[in-house]
Amino acid sequence: MTPGPPRSHAPIFWGLFGAGGMLAALLGPMLVLITGVLVPLGLLLPPDFMDHPRMLAFAQNWLGKAFLFFVISLFAWHAAHRIFYSLHDVGVPAGRLARLLCYGSALAVTLVAAGSLLAVGS
Amino acid sequence: MRKPFVRPMTGWWRRDPYFVRYMWREATALAVAAYAVVLMVGVWRLAQGQAAFDGWLQALRSWPSIVLHLVLLAAMVLHAVSWFEIMPKTMPMLFLGGERVAAATITRAGLAAAAAAALALLAVAWMLRP
Amino acid sequence: MKTIPIEVLRYRPEQDGEPWWQRFELPYTDDMSVLQGLLAIKDDFDGSLSFRWSCRMAICGSCGVMIDGKPRLGCKTFLRDYAPGGLRVEPLAHFPIERDLVVDIGDFIGKLQRILPYIVPKEPRTLEQGEYLQTPRELEFFEQYSSCINCLLCYSACPQYGLNDKFVGPAALSLLHRYNADSRDGARQERMQLVNAKEGVWTCTAVGYCSEVCPKGVDPANAVNQNKVASAKDYFLRFVAPKGADR
Repeated sequence: MTPGPPRSHAPIFWGLFGAGGMLAALLGPMLVLITGVLVPLGLLLPPDFMDHPRMLAFAQNWLGKAFLFFVISLFAWHAAHRIFYSLHDVGVPAGRLARLLCYGSALAVTLVAAGSLLAVGS
Repeated sequence: MRKPFVRPMTGWWRRDPYFVRYMWREATALAVAAYAVVLMVGVWRLAQGQAAFDGWLQALRSWPSIVLHLVLLAAMVLHAVSWFEIMPKTMPMLFLGGERVAAATITRAGLAAAAAAALALLAVAWMLRP
Repeated sequence: MKTIPIEVLRYRPEQDGEPWWQRFELPYTDDMSVLQGLLAIKDDFDGSLSFRWSCRMAICGSCGVMIDGKPRLGCKTFLRDYAPGGLRVEPLAHFPIERDLVVDIGDFIGKLQRILPYIVPKEPRTLEQGEYLQTPRELEFFEQYSSCINCLLCYSACPQYGLNDKFVGPAALSLLHRYNADSRDGARQERMQLVNAKEGVWTCTAVGYCSEVCPKGVDPANAVNQNKVASAKDYFLRFVAPKGADR
């Protein structure tokens, strides 16, 4: 059989998309509700639930670090992959620049999150 | 003579409610991205110290932020529902007790897991309250 | 006899610069399919109307058209369901129009040939050795994907094919999967080369409309998307598993 077409590297980004999508489906709604609505309004949970000493302790703990890192990073990679393909759907040429901007943003978010979580120490 | 006519694809997704729903599903990615950035800014401010982090907390208490998060909440729910709706398509044929497992069963199991995870997260937060 | 307004998209390459709508007030009965409606138009109103058809019973796959913007088999769709408002009939979306309701399907035929659409026996048997035996479960694993009648409604439903006709597409990938899923077949590695390409499964964004419109329950969306998992496994495990390893 003649050599086939070149192998796509999509599996890497699709894997990240899938992991992020599953995490967002399971945890996204409640995380948004807690951090963005309940705590700021003091509903069900007190407004000082997320105050600096408590959040610092959470982020300094290695489990807390891992939780925050994976949520932030995988959400970003999920969104980047879907947004990149959606550009193509709405007629925006999905070339090298679009790919760089989408996945580059996810990489930037990942690096900022990693750097910040390391900077808070343990 | 042959002179094949190619029809344009512009506005394709407006032509059918199925495609409109698909575009709404894809649009949820904007909400997932926005929330990732909100959290990223949060941990960044955390690394910059108390004053910076308090500024982030203050911003979260503002009405524009709360309204934004209600929109993000709706989008996250749409993401979760549409995620488990399409998930069975990525799976090979499953058999349980000799019978084929229907796609709807897999979807319902996924939504149940999402509901359970949400409640578990809330329960953990409740137990960790000051 | 009652009538129903029916608009048909016409295109005659030798005289038309672009397609145009032709309208008829078609006398019909409740048992008439859209295909029968087209045949009545050709018989009684305009003999130049061109369209493909054959079996009239949803097994040959010839009579696919867009009815009110949705891909449907003409023989399996009924005029009574569009009364009294009427209906619009166009050629299948995402294919170049040859003439009237006839589209150029050469691209699909080429893809059908490229996917190795035959069993390459894993363990060849001579006639003396007897039949290949399969359990009912092994049959069930691929049977649904063998139901495809090549009607191309799924290609008309697939926006990714509409945006990029290099995409191998739902029906071709379903047939590819039919062979990969058959316990008798041993050519999975060769077919995976097509699956793993950008225009293999990776152009699909799981819209899922293909499975909605399939008149035979093939579920092409499932055939394509479960092969994303297979392709990802192949991508990440290719250095671990020896070449030619199955599954």
